[in-house]
Amino acid sequence: MEEQRQLANRRDTLIKRARIIQAIREFFFNQGYLEVETPYRIPTPAAEAHIDAVCSGSWFLHTSPELCMKRILAANYQKIFQICKCFREGERGDQHLPEFTLLEWYQQGTDYNHLMRDCENLILFIADKMDWGDIISFKGKQISLPKPWDKLSVKGAFEKYCPCLLSEVLENKCFEEMLVTHIEHHLGRNRPLFLYDYPISLASFARAKKGDPTVAERFELYIGGMEIANGFSELVDVEEQKRRFEKDQQYRRSRGKTIYPDPKRFLDALTHMPEAGGIALGIDRLVMFFTDSPTIDDVVTFTPETL
Amino acid sequence: MYTASDLKKGLRIKIDNEPYVITEFNFVKPGKGQALYRCKLKNMITGSQFERTFRSVDTFDQADLQQKKMQYLYADGKKYYFMDNETYEQVFLVEEQVGDAKNYLIDNLEVEVLLYEDRPLGISVPNFVDLIVTRADPWAKGDTVSGNTKPVILQTGYKVQVPPFIEEGEKIRIDTRTGEYLTRVKG
Repeated sequence: MEEQRQLANRRDTLIKRARIIQAIREFFFNQGYLEVETPYRIPTPAAEAHIDAVCSGSWFLHTSPELCMKRILAANYQKIFQICKCFREGERGDQHLPEFTLLEWYQQGTDYNHLMRDCENLILFIADKMDWGDIISFKGKQISLPKPWDKLSVKGAFEKYCPCLLSEVLENKCFEEMLVTHIEHHLGRNRPLFLYDYPISLASFARAKKGDPTVAERFELYIGGMEIANGFSELVDVEEQKRRFEKDQQYRRSRGKTIYPDPKRFLDALTHMPEAGGIALGIDRLVMFFTDSPTIDDVVTFTPETL
Repeated sequence: MYTASDLKKGLRIKIDNEPYVITEFNFVKPGKGQALYRCKLKNMITGSQFERTFRSVDTFDQADLQQKKMQYLYADGKKYYFMDNETYEQVFLVEEQVGDAKNYLIDNLEVEVLLYEDRPLGISVPNFVDLIVTRADPWAKGDTVSGNTKPVILQTGYKVQVPPFIEEGEKIRIDTRTGEYLTRVKG
């Protein structure tokens, strides 16, 4: 009964959540995007080193709609978006649910810089629609939304906040430890921040930066120390994509993780895919920000533990 | 053997041969990277706290803790002595380890002693303990100003609020989980 009482107490947050999702759709419809749906149950998920899929018979539940979205782009759809549930095995924490809601959007002929502008415009549009003003309280901080937002390269972030150099961190394979211990809590403290230009070794689907092949055109949006979105200029080089899948598969094999079959139809379609920018944004976390909720549990109807 | 995915608040694990309890726990996974388990740990012997981040491949041994029934004997300065009723072996705990339980320690009280590889770490007392009131102001009839309770001192030195009709020499029952007066005990 305690669960029912807490569910009743979340009414205001759930109303805001519904309105935020409505505003997101309006934002994309206004710009001529097509909303699409793709199957949740797929024969093979994208092989990423650290993302595990939930099995569903001999198939899997998608960990993101990425592969299908790109096949739609390759069939010459120019602007598409999707709001869907995604499933990742073993992910549970204050900002993680094994089943969560993701927004993805893709546009032909754009890159990651364009996506950063999209993020600014989308979040300002939502705040405006809701009449929440352009300063939002989150975790005891006042986050100022007016453009332009802050930008910091990954290399710059390590120089600024971390006691060791990025090159050493990559060599010692402790990128994530350093990021969460020394850096993340500084990001987006007063206004949202784009952490950009990730080392090429940490990019599965992002193309190398023109003029600097050691980094990928990939960014993460941070608000109040919380990661909200991950976007990049899409990799459209099939051979390079195959090499990255193979590297991730090797890592998975060495750790005794499930090996996923090659996504053959995706790789075939990639040869026809135009240059594009694509991004995934966690809707649950966006709702956490706008409702100043400390945990992801506060912004959903049910968590696995309350079912 | 535990793996990182078993980690949760309250779990007791062994690190460098010392028992730790996890006091805070969070799962993080920055930017499609590997999963990390950020923990605050408390050393169950020294009480010292620190933060540590584990990876999903890390494994842990269970901290092998035992509960044993023992009898309270006496206190000597800051040391509290207990005896194992089966082996007649004696152990002692210092005041910090005994904590609030010292308010309820009367001769021969049976308690549970928490041991880590035969080293005592703490005790738990029964939920209800009967204690004698050693000092109480007499009940001034008609005194409505002082409210519904008055302070008394019990045989262990513990000061507690009781109803005004409780008198010196009476026995009362205390709920050790809240530290509050429960009822008067006849006899």
